[in-house]
Amino acid sequence: MQRWPFILAVALLFLAGLGIAAYRHLDTGLPLLPGQERTVWQVEARIAFSADGGTAEALLTLPPDQNGFEFISETGASPGFGFAINRSGPQRRAHWTKSAVEGSQTLFYKLDLVQDAGRRVVEERPKRRRAASFDGAYATAANEVLNALTPKSANAKSLAEQLVQEINTDPLDQNMSLLLQRYSPVRLIGALLSQADVTAREVKALRLRDGRRRQRLRDYLQVWHDDGWLLLDPRRGLIEDTAHILVWQTGNPAVLEVIGGTRSRVTFSMVSQDQPALGLARERYNPFDLSLENLPIAEQGMFKLIMTLPVGALVVVFMRLLVGVRTSGTFMPVLIALAFLQTELLAGLIGLVLVVGAGLLLRFYLSALNLLLVARIATIVVLVIGLVTLLAVVSYRLGLISGLAITFFPMVILAWTVERMSILWEEEGPLEALIQGAGSLLVAVLAYLVMSVATVRHLAFNFPELHLCVLAAILLLGRYTGYRLLELHRFTPFLQRSP
Amino acid sequence: MSWLVSPGTLRRQGVMGMNQRNLHFVGRHNPRQAYPLVDNKLRTKRLAKRAGIPMPDLLHEVSRQHQIEAIEPNLSQLDEFVIKPAHGSGGKGILVIASRDRSAFVKSSGERVDLNHIKHLLTNIISGLYSLGGRSDDAIIESLVRAHPMFSKLSIDGVPDIRVIVFKGFPVMAMLRLGTHASDGKANLHQGAIGVGLDLRTGEGAGAVQRNRPLTQHPDTGEPLQGIAIPNWRDLLTLAARCHDVTGLGYLGCDIVIDAEKGPLLLEMNARPGLGIQIANGSGLGQRLKAIEALELFAPSLEERVDYAMNGLGLSQLKRRSP
Repeated sequence: MQRWPFILAVALLFLAGLGIAAYRHLDTGLPLLPGQERTVWQVEARIAFSADGGTAEALLTLPPDQNGFEFISETGASPGFGFAINRSGPQRRAHWTKSAVEGSQTLFYKLDLVQDAGRRVVEERPKRRRAASFDGAYATAANEVLNALTPKSANAKSLAEQLVQEINTDPLDQNMSLLLQRYSPVRLIGALLSQADVTAREVKALRLRDGRRRQRLRDYLQVWHDDGWLLLDPRRGLIEDTAHILVWQTGNPAVLEVIGGTRSRVTFSMVSQDQPALGLARERYNPFDLSLENLPIAEQGMFKLIMTLPVGALVVVFMRLLVGVRTSGTFMPVLIALAFLQTELLAGLIGLVLVVGAGLLLRFYLSALNLLLVARIATIVVLVIGLVTLLAVVSYRLGLISGLAITFFPMVILAWTVERMSILWEEEGPLEALIQGAGSLLVAVLAYLVMSVATVRHLAFNFPELHLCVLAAILLLGRYTGYRLLELHRFTPFLQRSP
Repeated sequence: MSWLVSPGTLRRQGVMGMNQRNLHFVGRHNPRQAYPLVDNKLRTKRLAKRAGIPMPDLLHEVSRQHQIEAIEPNLSQLDEFVIKPAHGSGGKGILVIASRDRSAFVKSSGERVDLNHIKHLLTNIISGLYSLGGRSDDAIIESLVRAHPMFSKLSIDGVPDIRVIVFKGFPVMAMLRLGTHASDGKANLHQGAIGVGLDLRTGEGAGAVQRNRPLTQHPDTGEPLQGIAIPNWRDLLTLAARCHDVTGLGYLGCDIVIDAEKGPLLLEMNARPGLGIQIANGSGLGQRLKAIEALELFAPSLEERVDYAMNGLGLSQLKRRSP
């Protein structure tokens, strides 16, 4: 291709990328920079019980779809137990079974959810239930309490608030103290509200606090008001901000049922992560919107990684054509950088160097075995997996969780790296192997640093058209005929001859 | 500033960089389909044989594992031979056996190796260890070249070869490559071999470098590196120029050895010859390649092309440098 048509084509690509991105930014208001954070919670329910020796069954009630939260994924990881989620009935339930179990058992249920204040779930108005009746002296006391409060309250919400206030005043009203001898505060408020023809229910909910472990569900009260449920804390009254309260169970059945076991209990732990939100642009659904946000969350995660690859490729092109760094394997550094993104730089680097180093030692022994190439690579793949496993187990035992991240490295790429490095070592000497190994690491780290910039990731994922600009840059570099930086060093002998 | 040289300085001297070589010369003048002719040394040998270009004799070719198991009777008749991969590059996977010591094979370095070592090497070669992309390969067993006596003290084991860059059929630059202990006898500059720039007109040495540093005597033998003159220079350039005719490659490097009896022999060809030759010659390829590109000759004959090269490519600069 001639010079000018090529430059024109590159310029067009570049402008097209910029233009589409600018249009989408102005049209949909998609932010150009990673904006506010939104919180992702990982909640883990841990069920412990002692099995009797026969068939054990555990049923855990699962939280219902509710306002303010979007569930992303859930898993029930438990060795040896059959796991299913039972969707029939008013509430979803996780169901574990295993035959012939004995001794203490631990089951896990993990739920990932996004805090999303704008999300509303349409709830059906619950059917009126017959009021729980008080008997004897309690009925009289209840009537007196309600008679005193009903005139002061305009609606269900205010009545409920009045009741909570009444129950927490000191000294207690005579009738109240009588009723509280028999009923728990939540139960009492619920029963009183039903008596007054207000739709209310007892719920169990989890307070989300980052990094908490061994938490239990707490009792709350929900009151139907204006086509939705209001949440009340029996001690503090109406809860305006429900952002950190996850309703887990409403009404029947119980949170946990264990058949064939004793001493069962369930505790909860949770962590939160902040992830960039895209503001309103993401919320609005548009059938003609081809952006990646329409994919399921799991696939989105995949694409978030894939979309950074072109940027990494650009770094490799730059380092090889403009700087002249030698790497072992053309795009191996990008794949390593991709793995670094999932581990963490330091943990990834240490793990990589350990595995490749140990792999090289084993490979030197292998070269004495005189194997065919394919078999040798396959052997190295197996050895690398062994090394990775060993590293993961040992680091876990030592309490270094980050050691587990090594599993993100593509095993076959690691095996090929070991093989190539060892051939380099044998053929060109340790120096060349070190130069190329260091070159690969350098390029991988640089690619990682670029690919991990929040703005780069945000733009690559939300404005995929910007890859046209990356493409234009790569094409342009592909026609660069000038000297590489390292050639300026290589050709220093020409310095003396310069006129 | 001695660590870096400015791009302007290099450009003034016409030094060619890797990107320029790949894009303007290798990419533009070397048709893709001609690559296998030079990348596969077995095909090179067949091609050369048909065209009457002298090369070391092909003794055996090994392409399957069972041939390796049965290699012993074939090798037992040979006192000296060279094993190399058909798709090898950079001198990888080459074994030079210079003599026998009872059942052992003696490498040119004097090291002894046994039959198992040779079988292992052959296995590695045919399984693709030394070929690009790890594709399965063939092993070549060829006759050993006996170096011209003038080289006896110039090179540590291994025969010195002469790399000639041929552009559009014109030899444009040449250098003599001498093996050293540092390069393990191999003739690759980046492995530590010595490069001696050669005057294209006469075949006389014009300065030597090792790992980018000029030197005046061989580091291992102490032999002076001045006053080298390649015999049969015109024959050698003619041989190089013919390589273009048989392969159709516009930009190639020919590696030629001078056998004591047979004279210049083509060892192999390279469609992506390295840039170190410029350092050995103290001169950039740029002006010479431009001189050829600017040439308005219609289908010059082989003799015309060699004449043109031996007249200094019409470059005044080249003429001034000659003694």
